[in-house]
Amino acid sequence: MTQTEIPSSISTAHHGGTERKWWHYFTFNEDHKVIGVQYLVTAFFFYLIGGLMAAVIRTELATPASDFVSPETYNGLLTLHGTIMIFLWVVPAGAGLANYLIPLMIGARDMAFPKLNAMAFWMIPPAGITLALSLLVGEAPQAGWTSYPPLSLMTGKVGEGIWIFSLLVLGTSSILGAINFLVTILKMRVPSMPTNKMPLFCWSMMATALLILIGTPVLAGALILLAFDLLVGTAFFNPMGGGDPIVYQHMFWFYSHPAVYIMVLPLFGAISEILPVHARKPVFGYQAIAYSSLAIAFLGCIVWAHHMFTSGTPAWLRMFFMIATMVIAVPTGIKVFGWLATIWGGKLSLNSAMLFAMGFVAVFVIGGITGVMLASVPFDIHVHDTYFVVAHLHYVLFGGSVFGLYAAIYHWFPKITGRLVNETWGRIHFILTFIGMNLTFMPMHQLGLQGMNRRIALYDPKFTSLNELATIGSYLLAVSTIPFLINAIWSWAKGPKADGNPWNALTLEWQTSSPPAIENFEVLPVLTSGPYDYGLEEEEVGLPTAQAGSATLSSSPGA
Amino acid sequence: MQGSTVDSAKVALDYHGSAATGHEAHPDHRLFGLIVFLGAEAMIFMGLFMAYLTFRAVYPSWPPEGTPERELVLPGINTAILIASSFVIHRADTAIKQNNVNGLRKWFAITAAMGAIFLAGQLYEYHNLEFGLTTNLYASTFYVLTGFHGLHVFLGLGLILAVLWRARQREHYSSEHHFGVEAAELYWHFVDVVWIVLFLLLYIL
Amino acid sequence: MNIPSSILTMLAGIALTLASIWYGQNHGLMPVEASRDAELIDGLFNTMMTIGTAIFLLVEGVLLVCLVKFRRRPGDTSDGPPIEGNISLEIVWTAIPVVIVLVLGVYSFDVYNSMGGFDPEAAQDPSAVQVAMLPGDSEVMPLIEGASHPMGHQHLALGIGASPETAGKPADLTVNVLGLQYAWIFTYPDLGITAGELHVPVNKDVRLLLKAQDVIHAFWLPEFRLKQDVMPGSLQSELRFTPTRAGEYPIICAELCGPYHGAMASKLYVHTPEEYETWLQSQVANRPDQVQTIASTSDPNVNYLAPFSQQLNQQWGIDRALEHLHSQVHSQAQVHSQAQVHSQAQVHAQMDRSMELTADHSNLQQLIAHPAA
Ligand code: HEA
Ligand code: HEA
Ligand code: CUA
Ligand SMILES: [Cu+2]
Repeated sequence: MTQTEIPSSISTAHHGGTERKWWHYFTFNEDHKVIGVQYLVTAFFFYLIGGLMAAVIRTELATPASDFVSPETYNGLLTLHGTIMIFLWVVPAGAGLANYLIPLMIGARDMAFPKLNAMAFWMIPPAGITLALSLLVGEAPQAGWTSYPPLSLMTGKVGEGIWIFSLLVLGTSSILGAINFLVTILKMRVPSMPTNKMPLFCWSMMATALLILIGTPVLAGALILLAFDLLVGTAFFNPMGGGDPIVYQHMFWFYSHPAVYIMVLPLFGAISEILPVHARKPVFGYQAIAYSSLAIAFLGCIVWAHHMFTSGTPAWLRMFFMIATMVIAVPTGIKVFGWLATIWGGKLSLNSAMLFAMGFVAVFVIGGITGVMLASVPFDIHVHDTYFVVAHLHYVLFGGSVFGLYAAIYHWFPKITGRLVNETWGRIHFILTFIGMNLTFMPMHQLGLQGMNRRIALYDPKFTSLNELATIGSYLLAVSTIPFLINAIWSWAKGPKADGNPWNALTLEWQTSSPPAIENFEVLPVLTSGPYDYGLEEEEVGLPTAQAGSATLSSSPGA
Repeated sequence: MQGSTVDSAKVALDYHGSAATGHEAHPDHRLFGLIVFLGAEAMIFMGLFMAYLTFRAVYPSWPPEGTPERELVLPGINTAILIASSFVIHRADTAIKQNNVNGLRKWFAITAAMGAIFLAGQLYEYHNLEFGLTTNLYASTFYVLTGFHGLHVFLGLGLILAVLWRARQREHYSSEHHFGVEAAELYWHFVDVVWIVLFLLLYIL
Repeated sequence: MNIPSSILTMLAGIALTLASIWYGQNHGLMPVEASRDAELIDGLFNTMMTIGTAIFLLVEGVLLVCLVKFRRRPGDTSDGPPIEGNISLEIVWTAIPVVIVLVLGVYSFDVYNSMGGFDPEAAQDPSAVQVAMLPGDSEVMPLIEGASHPMGHQHLALGIGASPETAGKPADLTVNVLGLQYAWIFTYPDLGITAGELHVPVNKDVRLLLKAQDVIHAFWLPEFRLKQDVMPGSLQSELRFTPTRAGEYPIICAELCGPYHGAMASKLYVHTPEEYETWLQSQVANRPDQVQTIASTSDPNVNYLAPFSQQLNQQWGIDRALEHLHSQVHSQAQVHSQAQVHSQAQVHAQMDRSMELTADHSNLQQLIAHPAA
């Protein structure tokens, strides 16, 4: 086995004395790698909190009666579960990956605006903790993560006020992060990296950043108006005062539909990185996969009203949004088929990262197919606001985003920590998660079709058995996080050391030490091959001179 | 760990090729960052404008019957002042590009004064309007839109004053280094353009 | 070597197609079909299930084959073949989804049209709508057809209207539906009946005009595959359908409307003509005086404005009166439904809740009839 490794003398010595200490992670540090880890760990913490709430929700739903928590608490729980999972887990986790990886992948020393970057991160913990605490002190927000008025104006000022405030802060954080991503990707690549040699993760982050910049401000506008209705007594969205609740729905979904792609595009990018490395094959159709991210972002901006097919929308509007929504299957299909062709005929290492990446494709497709069904207006009229939608959203969000995040964490763990994960525990984690996930969310399709509406604490007893299955599945999911936590913590502290490039990958982040030195690269690297040139002969890679690359790299023929 | 035929010769790095030692400060991307930020700001206003237009479209008559008349003279003058200030602040930019710090100070001070007059005029108008924030939907949108814009004028004014403060030292800004000046100017133009749209929507349309 | 593998591929393709077609027809996931609309939607759903199953089997099949066949063998450290793409293959897998999506789009459009989604009255299509307007508070002055007053949406309906066959014809039965936390109230304006459950005759063209009292609710009939948000304020929604199967069906509130949203349910009874007649008699016999008064005051109005009545706020006089009653019973009703939920929670975890809810609704009806009680 052949490896490339940057001699430790180059990678660390230069900055003598600037070793990173553990407590740097708890400070206002401006290094993008510290910030990336801060994002990821914080987000995971909130995932556990949101998951705990889901466990309580599922326990309540184990029986048809409303017997475990009060109906008010139940609504508070589901509101906070949805809000936390979206705004404090998947969105910030995606931002964390982007922070860690973008500068490394494009050969930059840091993000374009490191201070802004740190500021964006430090807005998250206070907003998140305030939001989570609203369940304990005072009344929790109870109008669902969509918070439709007029209900949201009637469930209590304190909880709803906290919800609005937290979301405004989190939205600002997200916008500031996106500015950084966009400027960094566009302006800070090493000179030898044209856009069409950029790793696909950078393409998808570019699309994500655009969506954040276009969508989030409109959500902020809606929240500002909602706050006025709630606290000052205006009636923008309150029909009692002549306002129009449907305007809120439009503004909310104008952000929140793109938000689902904000949550999944970074992971599309991560999967496009992970599959080629562990299949030892070039990614299939680089250009198509790259541009489909932009196509998804564009289409994502013009489909929001598919969440409002039974709301006050005119028929022609429903038809336009139906077609536009369905068309998203095309660019997404290009990605999915590209991934399948990438691994087809490869040499697959079935390690934890690869298993989660393949699991991602397997499960996301189910959610995508139900998504296209939901886009069909006549069918959506039947299943809107039912457990069919809940099933869809968890298949894309859990099967998509969460699987993708796990894959990404396993894949870049050696880079981030300088240590290898334990693959056995990783595989156990994957199998438990995969089974638990399907057990929890598959029955929900049938529940929804049969007539179980969502956001209810008590339901018709005829739905009991399927709900019991889902509850058991959710406990399995809770258990499945344990091997992951043990593995991650133990490996970080005591795992076997990883060298700079344990996977023999070709993208730039692997061409420096693990963990990378504070400014990433000793000297700015020059690209001599594309990011996915696996299996290519040297001439095809097009090295200027065959040995140029290896001259200063100590190559150690390993086992 | 996995094996591979990828060998060191094919790895994506070539340390030879890089002459740069690489700790130079990277080029200044702050202006580009600001432009992206203003794009996001524009989207907030876009959202609020669309909401306003929707309310307008679905209401039988707009402003709703019984809304007291607004007079146009004062807001008209205010608008003229704000638009003029955009030209004024541009002279400051021209001045600093010729290393004329005095010119910068002068034109920024005038812009600041004009901005302050605009804000004062706005407050005066609020004070004299016959409807309040919650009178009806038109009144609410009026106050929230102009108020939100006023907040931006206020921030822009802050930026201008900050630049003025820094320009006390003669060397702080020069024809090469004047990001602060450009940022304040760009922001001010943005606030100005938003106002023009707002004025058309709220007063003229 | 080549021939067997292509035969294998073909066999796999045939198996996949057959399995998808079979499952698409036999998934058994939908509840019974109680109207023609339901049949149309199920046809659409079965098609989508067939296509979906095929895509599902294809993707999962490829993944499984990779998992087994292209696993890295121990000791193998080589790379895979350096294939970077294949333009014609990429064109194929772009074109096929395009075609699928277009077919589904056209099919959905057609189903939506047959259901009555494009009925201009219900579809809120401003160009074709008859605009009925009330100039100020003075004389009622209905303006018809093409009057291009920018009236906005106050008087327009949303939802599913008359299907192309019934378009232009008045419905056989019109019922006003009021959603409030946490109950549905049905008024039969022509008959002066107010009820907590909906009774309709089978095979008759039924038109529901829906409004909400407080927050957004959604009126859902799973067996009819119909759902429409019910808006507070001036927006009115409409659902028009023809039940084809007698029976008893749930009515569900599908939009989160507060803590007891889950308890906001009622029943739809589709009667044979005789049963319906019996029910009508029983209602007229029991009709409480108050409700009668309300109904008769608004009756003339309704008749006078017959062609435009749906679009006039006036018609909601009934509900405004009800609103008045409601303000007196609302708190009681809420307390009641709360009590119901709790006692149920503690005592009747396994009991058939629908029985109780039925009881609950007749109670509510009583309360409306006799607010003092
Ligand atoms: C990561 C998040 C995510 C993603 C990626 C998606 C992806 C999609 N979603 Fe989903 N959606 C949500 C998160 C997400 N969604 C959430 C959270 C809600 C609920 C919000 C709430 O109310 O609380 C929701 C709700 C929702 C609705 C509203 C339902 C309702 O409330 O009535 C609709 C309707 O159109 C919809 C459609 C789609 C479609 C068409 C896609 C497409 O992008 C999917 C495209 C992918 C594929 C199709 C699979 C791969 C493609 C192929 C293999 C090619 C061949 C396929 C075909 C030709 C079909 N979604
Ligand atoms: C990324 C997004 C995401 C994720 C990952 C999940 C994960 C889960 N969700 Fe969630 N869900 C949403 C997004 C998400 N959800 C959204 C947006 C809604 C809509 C909200 C709305 O209607 O407004 C929703 C709604 C929703 C509902 C419907 C509620 C209702 O309509 O009444 C249900 C019901 O079963 C549910 C269940 C679950 C379960 C069992 C998981 C599981 O996968 C969770 C697994 C994880 C754990 C179980 C954590 C394990 C850890 C512990 C238990 C230990 C805790 C320890 C410490 C804190 C130290 N979710
Ligand atoms: Cu009414 Cu839910
Ligand atoms: Cu969406």
